[in-house]
Parts: sequence; structure tokens; C-alpha cells
Amino acid sequence: MTGFGKLIRTTAFRLVVTYLLIFVVFAGVLLGYVAWNARRVLESQLSETIDTEINSLAEQYRLGGPRRLAVAIERRSRGALGFIYLLTDQQNEVIAGNTPEVLPAMAREPGWHEFVFDRTDDQKLDRVQARIRLFQLPNGLKLIVGHDLADRQRMRIVIRNAMAMSLLLVLCLGGIGAWVVSRRVLRPVDNMTEAAGRIMAGNLAERLPVRGVNDEFDRLAEHLNLMLNRIGELMNGLREVSDNIAHDLRTPLTRLRAASEEALRTAKTPEELQLALERTIEESDGLIKIFNALLMIARAEAGSAPGTLTDVSLNEIVADVVELYEPVADEAGVRLVMGEYAAVRVRGSRELLSQAAANLVDNAIKHGRPADGDAPGQIRVSVQLVGESVELVVADNGSGVPTDDKDRVLERFVRLEKSRVQPGSGLGLSLVAAIARLHGGKLSLEDNRPGLRVVLTLPVRRAAAGGSV
Amino acid sequence: MTMKILVVEDDADAANYLIKGLRESGHVVDHAADGEHGLEMALTSPYDVAVVDRMLPRRDGLSLISAVRAEGRELPILILSALGQVDDRVLGLRAGSDDYLSKPYAFTELLARVEALGRRRANTPSQTVYRVADLEMDRLSHRVTRGRTEIDLQPREFRLLEYLMRNAGQVVTRTMLLEHVWDYHFDPQTNVIDVHVSRLRSKIDKNFDRPLLHTVRGAGYMIRDGLR
Repeated sequence: MTGFGKLIRTTAFRLVVTYLLIFVVFAGVLLGYVAWNARRVLESQLSETIDTEINSLAEQYRLGGPRRLAVAIERRSRGALGFIYLLTDQQNEVIAGNTPEVLPAMAREPGWHEFVFDRTDDQKLDRVQARIRLFQLPNGLKLIVGHDLADRQRMRIVIRNAMAMSLLLVLCLGGIGAWVVSRRVLRPVDNMTEAAGRIMAGNLAERLPVRGVNDEFDRLAEHLNLMLNRIGELMNGLREVSDNIAHDLRTPLTRLRAASEEALRTAKTPEELQLALERTIEESDGLIKIFNALLMIARAEAGSAPGTLTDVSLNEIVADVVELYEPVADEAGVRLVMGEYAAVRVRGSRELLSQAAANLVDNAIKHGRPADGDAPGQIRVSVQLVGESVELVVADNGSGVPTDDKDRVLERFVRLEKSRVQPGSGLGLSLVAAIARLHGGKLSLEDNRPGLRVVLTLPVRRAAAGGSV
Repeated sequence: MTMKILVVEDDADAANYLIKGLRESGHVVDHAADGEHGLEMALTSPYDVAVVDRMLPRRDGLSLISAVRAEGRELPILILSALGQVDDRVLGLRAGSDDYLSKPYAFTELLARVEALGRRRANTPSQTVYRVADLEMDRLSHRVTRGRTEIDLQPREFRLLEYLMRNAGQVVTRTMLLEHVWDYHFDPQTNVIDVHVSRLRSKIDKNFDRPLLHTVRGAGYMIRDGLR
């Protein structure tokens, strides 16, 4: 019973049953229509035959009156298979005819009738159905001419057999066909279910099978696979963050702890203790900054809060950041100049884009000094339209980044100078890259010969009016 | 200036640290440990400023603020939150808080902001001329003079000085400047504010024997008459 219950619940079984029902109904309607038509044809043929017979008898009556009619009936009664004749006088006495059993029908109105009677034929009782026509002749004579309906009954049997046969055929062939088709249709679904089961069981690298025929199931599998990839990326990102937190927060935490311990052990005067505490606060502020930056990156990468994106002017954002950093660059002996300055609007967050621009400029000021110490540093910031996108370019004439390191430098906590004398967490560029991705853009590092050219590419927001501001 | 401050914070250690610090700075402090209690106190006693934690038992901080605003109270409220992201801050301000500070914070930062909030209500906001000693700023004609000397300022320097002078005699932190003068809420890795302030200082204090723009160590900046 449970096996059957299971079978009933499978989509394959339901499909098969549904298809069979449809087939059976269809075959029934078709055969019914054929039977109805055949019966109509048979009946009209029969009526015609009877009418012909009547016409010829009427001819006999016209030529020789009732006597000749009776003779003709007597003659025809012998040998005419299936025909029914009966002629009676006004006392309902049979004058001529071959089927006295239809005598009760004489009581009916003149016209067409169907009449059922029992006939003894070779000691065998037969129930006979007949189509008859009753005439009222002058002198109280009554005439019945008719034909039995054996043909129609035979046809009904033939049709009934055909129906049974075709039902059987439909059941067998349709059942097999529907089963095969549903297996074919449902096998990919079963395969997907199995693959999903294996993925859930922990084989996270597995993907759903795609048969390459580009049907609905393939498209579904492809979309699910894309979703799995995205989830995988997010999970990897998360794992990377936690690994990095473990690795890179431990170092400053250890330093913090060691410094506090040492101060506790060795500091003698209140001044020494105060100094140690101040250092502790400084160190923990650094930790908080790293933590905030990591959170920002994680949020930006998760693509959160699309509602905070609005229509903003990129060139104004960049100009504000350049203005903010101009005095800093000045103090560092670097010339910070605004290059090409296209008026462009993008869909984004002013806060995040400002932070991205600030990080890029900050990086350039800190790390973009010319290798030759005497040469003047110059940082050129430009906003330029390139096709459907806009590029925010921060180019310096410093020592640049070796080609091999260009991708690595975008990762979290990666700092190229191993000594780490310059301040920084190694998160600045990763944050910019995350902000770029959140805005549907990308960050790339290019060679400025000499120096580094950092390009933040963003999609342009086309104004409804078609022009930029 | 002594202020009456309401602190709504459920964490006992954090609350004690806050209350102690605010009292040492000369303020009167009341404490509520949950949102319902906090709301009741905010509606029944007059306070100059309220400091409200975002996540509270019984009634969360945002709902407390909305309820206070629904009663038509203009009590200045600073919201504290462990969720320091841009959209959280926007939510906090939208609910009706006047300022937002994310945890962990420096006490000096909190104190400066609380005092700025309390003062904002005391000051007439439509004041058109700010004056500190012989430094004078006319906000309508955008003229700044010190003594008889006219000082030429860039637009951003003008706004920087304007914010400092509006809060004259009080500490203004770097993040407060970054938020109010530049409208940035992120942390630039370099201390860009210091450079801007020192530029401003060279314009208003250089060549004058009495410095007005002071650096407050470990906190920020303050403009005041040095002899007072």
C-alpha cells in the first residue's frame, strides 16, 4: 500500500493517468460520433427501401384494387428476407402478410413506428425490433409495410466491440507512451534533485547537471548554478574575512596586550603610566578603524542597501574630495591637480563614492612619491566619459606597482611594503574595489609610466533629458 | 554651563562609565535602564539632552525617539549604536534623533557632541554676527575681520570658522568638523582636518599676539578668547 501510495504521489504517475483519461474520453467521443452517423445512414437507407416497396405496392393497388394488392403481398411475403407485410380488413382479420405478430401495431396512428415483437423462428424465440409504416386504405383496410432492424443491431454490436477494443488499445499504448514521455521529461528533475541532495550533503563544489539542449530545465539548472556560484563567492568572502580578521587583528591585539602588560610591570611614575595608557587607546583606535573598514567591505560586497543609492554628481563628489586633500598634498610636497572634469551623474551613494575617491587620493599621496626623491610628485585626478561608462582616474608619477602585484594589492590586508612603516591597514583599495562592485563598476590598476594609474569605472546614469548637467 | 542629561542605556558598565564621565564634566545625570522607563522619564522631567542607546529592552531606541517626537517634544537626542553604518545612521536621524554616534566611541567625542546639542538649544540660531574677542564674522556679508584687519577666507574655510565660532568656548572634535563642514561620515585615513585647521589658524591667528584657535589634546579644537 505504501508503495502504491508513493506511486500515486509521483508526478509521472499523475501525468500518465491524466493523459490516459484524456485519451479515453477522446476515443469515446470519436467512436460515439461514428456510431451515431452510421445509425443515421442505416435508418435513412431503410426508410428509403420501405418507401420504394410501398410505392410499388401502391402501384399494384391502383391497378387491381385490394385483391391485387393482397396477391402481391402474398407473393412478396415469401422470400423477401427481413421485410414485414401485413394487410387486414375492417374486422382486423389478416388478409395477407408474413408477420402476424405485428397485428397489435394496427391500433396505432398511420405513419412511421418502431415496434418490438416476439417471433418464433425454427422453434427459437426471437425478440425482433422493426421499423414499420402503417397505412389506412379505403374500405377499412389497413396495411403495414416494414423491415426488421437486425442490421442496426449488428452494427451496434460491431461498434461496441470496436469501443472495447480501442479502449484497451488506448489504455495499453497510451499508458506506455505517457510513461515513456513522463520519464523522459522527469528524469532531468530527478537528476537535479539528486545533485541538490549531494550539494546539501556537503559537496559544495558540485553543480546541477546541464544537458546542453537549452530547454526549460537547462535554464533552471543554469540559474540555480549561478545562484550557487554567487552563494559560494559570498561564503568564500566571508571565510576570507574571518581568516584575515583572525590573522591581522591578532597582531595588533598582541601588541596592545604586550604593551599594557609591560607598562603594568615596569612603569613607575604616573607619567609613564599615562603615556602607556595613551598608547593603548591609540592602538585600540587603530583596531576599531580596521574593524569598521572590514564591516564596510563586507556590507558593500553583500550589495546591501540598494535603497541608499541615489542620483549623484560624480564630478562634484570628486572635486570635494580633491579640495579636502589639497592642503594635505601641499604639506606632503605633492601637486594634486584636477585633470579632465566631465560633468557626469551616476547612481550611487555620495558617502561611499566620496570614501572611495578619498582612499584613492590618500593612497596616491602616501605611496605615490617619485622613486627619485628630488623629482616633484604630481597626482592627477580626472573624471572622463568613455562610452557608456565613466572613469575616475587617479594617476601619480611614483614608483608604481609591479605587474604581478596588481591583482594582489586589491585583496584585503595586502600591503606591498613588508616593513609596514607607512601607516595603513591594507584595506583601502579592497574597500574601493568593493564600493566599485556595489555600484556595478570595477577597479583596475594600470601602469602610468612612470607611476600608478588607478581607474574606477562606473556605469553612467543617462538623464531622461539625454544630456549631462 | 551645567546641563541636565538623561542617559538611557541597558548595559550597566557602559552606563556607569557614561554617567561618571558626564558628572565629572559638571552635568546632572539621570539614568534609565530600559526603553519604557526612559520614555516615561523623557516625557515627565525637563532635560537639556538625552543620550539613548539604539538597542534597549522593552522598547528600542528608535521607537523611544519616535514616541518623544510624537508628543511634540524638541528634546535634543543623541543616539548611540553598535551599528555604525551609513544606512543605520540615516535611519536614526530619520526617526528624529539629532545626532548619531557609533560604538565604540571616545568619551571626549560624546561629551563634545552632547554639549553641542545642549548649547544649540540655548543659542539663538539666527544670530548673524559671531564674535570671539576681536575676531568677528558677519554671516550675511561673509566678512571676517580681526581687529581692523580683514581676513580673506576660502568658502570651506569660512564654513569651518563659522562652525567653530558657533560653538565658541566648547570643544569641537575632528569628526564633528568632518560631519558638519564637509558632510562626510567616514574616516579619512589621514588627518585631513588638522591640515585644514592649521591653514585656518595661520590666517586668523598668525601676526596676532593672542591666539584664539586652540588645539585640545586628545579631543579636538576650540575657539575662545585665550585670556579669559
